[in-house]
Amino acid sequence: MKVIIVAGTPGAGKTAVLLHTLKVLADEKRNVSAVKVDCLYTEDHLRFQNIGIPTLMGLSRDMCPDHYTIYNLGEMIDFANSNQSETLIVETAGLCHRCAPYTENCLGVCVIDATTGPNTPLKVGPFLSTANVVVITKGDVISQAEREIFRERILEMNPNCRIIEANGLTGKGSIELASCFDEAQTFSYEQEELRHNAPFSICTLCVGETRIHSQHHRGVLRHINGLQEYIGE
Amino acid sequence: MIQSISILAGRNKTGRTEKFERIDIHCGEIIGIVGPTGSGKSALIEDIEQLAQRDTTTNRQILLNGRIPDPDLRYDPKKKLIAQLSQNMNFLADMSVEEFLKLHAKCRGKNPNLVDQVIEAANALTGEPIRKDMNLTILSGGQSRSLMVADVAFISDSPIVLIDEIENAGIKKHEALKLLSGNGKIILVVTHDPILALMTKRRIIMKTGGVEKVIATTENEMELSVHLNRIDQELLQIREKVRHGQEITSSFFNAETLSPEFAE
Ligand SMILES: Nc1nc2c(ncn2[C@@H]2O[C@H](COP(=O)(O)OP(=O)(O)OP(=O)(O)O)[C@@H](O)[C@H]2O)c(=O)[nH]1
Ligand SMILES: Nc1ncnc2c1ncn2[C@@H]1O[C@H](COP(=O)(O)OP(=O)(O)O)[C@@H](O)[C@H]1O
Ligand SMILES: [Mg+2]
Ligand SMILES: [Mg+2]
Ligand SMILES: [Zn+2]
Ligand SMILES: [Zn+2]
Repeated sequence: MKVIIVAGTPGAGKTAVLLHTLKVLADEKRNVSAVKVDCLYTEDHLRFQNIGIPTLMGLSRDMCPDHYTIYNLGEMIDFANSNQSETLIVETAGLCHRCAPYTENCLGVCVIDATTGPNTPLKVGPFLSTANVVVITKGDVISQAEREIFRERILEMNPNCRIIEANGLTGKGSIELASCFDEAQTFSYEQEELRHNAPFSICTLCVGETRIHSQHHRGVLRHINGLQEYIGE
Repeated sequence: MIQSISILAGRNKTGRTEKFERIDIHCGEIIGIVGPTGSGKSALIEDIEQLAQRDTTTNRQILLNGRIPDPDLRYDPKKKLIAQLSQNMNFLADMSVEEFLKLHAKCRGKNPNLVDQVIEAANALTGEPIRKDMNLTILSGGQSRSLMVADVAFISDSPIVLIDEIENAGIKKHEALKLLSGNGKIILVVTHDPILALMTKRRIIMKTGGVEKVIATTENEMELSVHLNRIDQELLQIREKVRHGQEITSSFFNAETLSPEFAE
């Protein structure tokens, strides 16, 4: 089984690019299953189902969407196996800039919207810096100069990634992206590990504390002056 | 050096093979691309921009100097041979004109001191001067387009220039094309504008996603283009006067720039 995990901020163009790419794969008679993970709401599974792709949908609600994706990978793989698919594509929400949903042997694809400005690559964190492939969307509405600056910034954050300039409206880049899927390594659920460690800074607010005064602060905390400390037992 | 680019036929939207085998375009040539909306003009430009190798939706292949181009040329902006300008393009980056041009010069491996030259050239194309401390996002349509043209001319400075429908931007078209088409460049210009279309040597006619035919511009058409350009200059001047709250005294037909058959 090959597993493709696609992450990117809301509205970046993940589904639009994937729909074109899935058509390319369908023309090659590939059997693919898809999963859409979002936090609170999505209709993307219907868009995938509309073009005949068996699709599962999951909402992470109050859980980190990246962690939710990992905890449910076993069931996603069972779903793909039950459809005799050799490839599983997971579109995730990419809202948690501390985590990344990629595992060692999946193909990690980060979709990033070029219209969000040249500082975005510096802001989005591990789901960009640990991706194998970075897909830049919406380059059609900005100048070539700005596209080139955006691209340089991506390479600063992730020097070894493969960059694909895609367009979710016309399907530009979809054939190139489909060919990257072939290069994904074989995924083994039993041995698979996360590519990027979960965040180290966990505090008691994470588990239900609501009082804000400093006397109640516990956990691995980072101060605005940059210092990090552990307070607790 | 780029002596030529060649377009090898692909498929149109209905899957039919296009009606030509190969179009060769040589250095110094300006080619037009015309056709109704949705006929595949932008897709053709994109194929050239990406140096398509039968790996885009149109299945076309692009050759440089008659050969398959080195894959590096497709992706590395420092080696990139193709500059592109299009109608939908805006500046969205929240930074000053100067900062932006310097960053771009760095990406392209060019001297950051080009900035003043770029701004000066841009200001020759638009009625509203651009200053280097202005924020990119406050530029008007005409200012943005002029700056993009000047950026392409001096910083991107590529041997192949692709222009996609920049006409309705309120800039001096003839001058813009002249600035872009420096020595020996290959220019492909998508246009509905007769001034630009008739300035080219040949034009590619698009239909349902494919190349329908290629026609050469006649002497008569070239002359017409010169006349149309004068009318356009006149319009641009009147437009600037109106914008600056002036009264328009001279009538259009007094300008003595029009040939008798147009002035009636
Ligand atoms: N101009 C332009 N618009 C695009 C491009 N790609 C996607 N869009 C538009 O961007 C919007 C969002 O696209 P989606 O594919 O739904 O984005 P997404 O990343 O899947 O969004 P979520 O799954 O909701 O997080 C849609 O209106 C698309 O038509 C592109 O390359 N250019
Ligand atoms: N040869 C082709 N095969 C398949 N789709 C095509 C082809 N040419 C164009 N298209 C698609 O048709 C749509 C309109 O084409 P476009 O190039 O934007 O037209 P124009 O620029 O002439 O208005 C786009 O979505 C484009 O991807
Ligand atoms: Mg989506
Ligand atoms: Mg177009
Ligand atoms: Zn997280
Ligand atoms: Zn916490």
